[in-house]
Amino acid sequence: MTETPAPRVRTVGIDVQDNDEARPIVEAIERDNPEATIRRMPGMLKVQVPREMVVRRTTVEEILGREWDTNEFQLSIISLVGNIAEWDEDEILIKWEH
Amino acid sequence: MAKASMRERYQLLTRDLDWNPSYVTEQQLYPHTRFEGIKIHDWDAWEDPFRLTVDAYCKYQMEKDKRLYAVLDSFAQGQGHLQVTDARYLNAIRLFLQGVTPLEYQAHRHFAYLGRHLNGPGARFACLCQSIDELRHTQTETHAISMYNKYYGGFHSFPKMHDRVWYLSVPKSFFDDGLSAGPFEFMTAISFSFEYFLTNLLFVPFMSGASFNGDLSTMSFGFSAQSDESRHMTLGLSVVKFILEQDPDNVPIMQDWIDKWFWRGYRLLGLVACMMDYFLPKKVMSWKEAFELYLEQQMLEGLFPDLAYYGIEPPRHVEQAIAEKQYLSSQVFWILYQFSHAASFTTTIPPKAEMDWLAEQYPDTFDSIYRPLFEKAERMAAEGNRFFFPGLPMLCQTCQIPMGFTEVGDPTATSFRSSQYQGERYNFCSDGCKWIFDREPWKYIQAWLPVHQIYQGNCGGATIPEVLAWYGIDAGVDNGEYATSPDAAQWAQWHQPVVAGG
Repeated sequence: MTETPAPRVRTVGIDVQDNDEARPIVEAIERDNPEATIRRMPGMLKVQVPREMVVRRTTVEEILGREWDTNEFQLSIISLVGNIAEWDEDEILIKWEH
Repeated sequence: MAKASMRERYQLLTRDLDWNPSYVTEQQLYPHTRFEGIKIHDWDAWEDPFRLTVDAYCKYQMEKDKRLYAVLDSFAQGQGHLQVTDARYLNAIRLFLQGVTPLEYQAHRHFAYLGRHLNGPGARFACLCQSIDELRHTQTETHAISMYNKYYGGFHSFPKMHDRVWYLSVPKSFFDDGLSAGPFEFMTAISFSFEYFLTNLLFVPFMSGASFNGDLSTMSFGFSAQSDESRHMTLGLSVVKFILEQDPDNVPIMQDWIDKWFWRGYRLLGLVACMMDYFLPKKVMSWKEAFELYLEQQMLEGLFPDLAYYGIEPPRHVEQAIAEKQYLSSQVFWILYQFSHAASFTTTIPPKAEMDWLAEQYPDTFDSIYRPLFEKAERMAAEGNRFFFPGLPMLCQTCQIPMGFTEVGDPTATSFRSSQYQGERYNFCSDGCKWIFDREPWKYIQAWLPVHQIYQGNCGGATIPEVLAWYGIDAGVDNGEYATSPDAAQWAQWHQPVVAGG
């Protein structure tokens, strides 16, 4: 066999609570990361995105209809996969470093 | 004046409040950060991706607590305990309270210590926050689970049980192993192995299981705690990368710790495997699936390729853990089933529908090996001869679990390893546990093995009733067979249809 398998695309992602607080954030993630897949489990949602995932404040605010502080994300998140490459006022970026 | 950005606030509130000592040397001020051989050249290179400041920390933690306690209050007011699937479910919560909550408290203590003893202010502040988080977890878990203590057996005396009871020496010795190591090994052990690997499986799929089994109280504290854990996981990853980046000499030391603490964490997770597959009456996902998702996919295919950049390889013995996913939960359940008369939880053979589910999840092992065993145990119980192991088991010197695991890939042959040290023989359940002992035999020969301690007369007496009294276990109420337990009888009574005029 000479064919080498294509390197597997690594996914990053988050697990969040399935509640009113988190749903607009998940919607924003879906909008800004078209390749995102959502898996529903009791009480929680598992969001997976190939390569990298961004949460943009402006998108969340547009969906929420109010100001949103990126720190509020801490109230919804239960776990994450990947490295937090950026977390500032405007966005949270999760990706693998190397 | 313009509002400071997150980056500026972090710089001002976390880094700028540090000072250089003038009347002692740095080494006198921080005496514990050299003896492990880890070389740190620049503590300022420590990254806190959350850029957490004390004001933001307090604000969001307070909000988390407010929400959680609102849920607990309505749970208590609305008789939430009646909403769980079955009183049998609560055995998982007993194991949690006895085994995990005291570890949170130990983590609180040790992170407070590190919050004083690491050289860098960024690292110290992250440890301080984690210390407060861990205390919050201890408290919220105790409050949440106290909802059940009012109505069901086995929830009392949990700190005493943690210090004394045989199966709780498994989590206790794991943590004591970390506490008695140096600060860098502790952080690798707890921030990395425990937070990144272990709690992810305990607090995510298992808590989803709590949700599915109607346990609002546990689900709420679990997800609330895990929102802190995602910060701890990030700290764990920062710790590992920071240490690896500081000096190439750190790499082999870290590899060794990752290898050791992977296997330590994995053996402890055996209890979680059993909780997921056997203690939850309604299943969310099998241990095997959770392991594939959180360990194989997220850690081995996600994280470890990242660490390969530094020369770190996947943990030693990981292929054995992968092979064991086919039967681990059943082996742990069978151990707990046989020794329930000496525990502070009850067990019972799962009903047929659950065994069918197990057969679907574990097509290669369940019907051929475990179903016949469990059906035999069920027949014996029906004949009034519920099987309990009539003696005390041999324990693994490292993980302290009874020697009930099998050769990797052959679930029919018991695995048995041993090492000689200073003229004594020590026994192990696996290659991983033997390897850990052989690295530091002088440490593990000091293990407080519950069975040895009972035989030496240090546990209240020589008979099971005496030992149970010393454990603080109410025999016949807290332990044994679930189907004939007071909890089961009470549950049936509470859920009877109303009898008119009754």
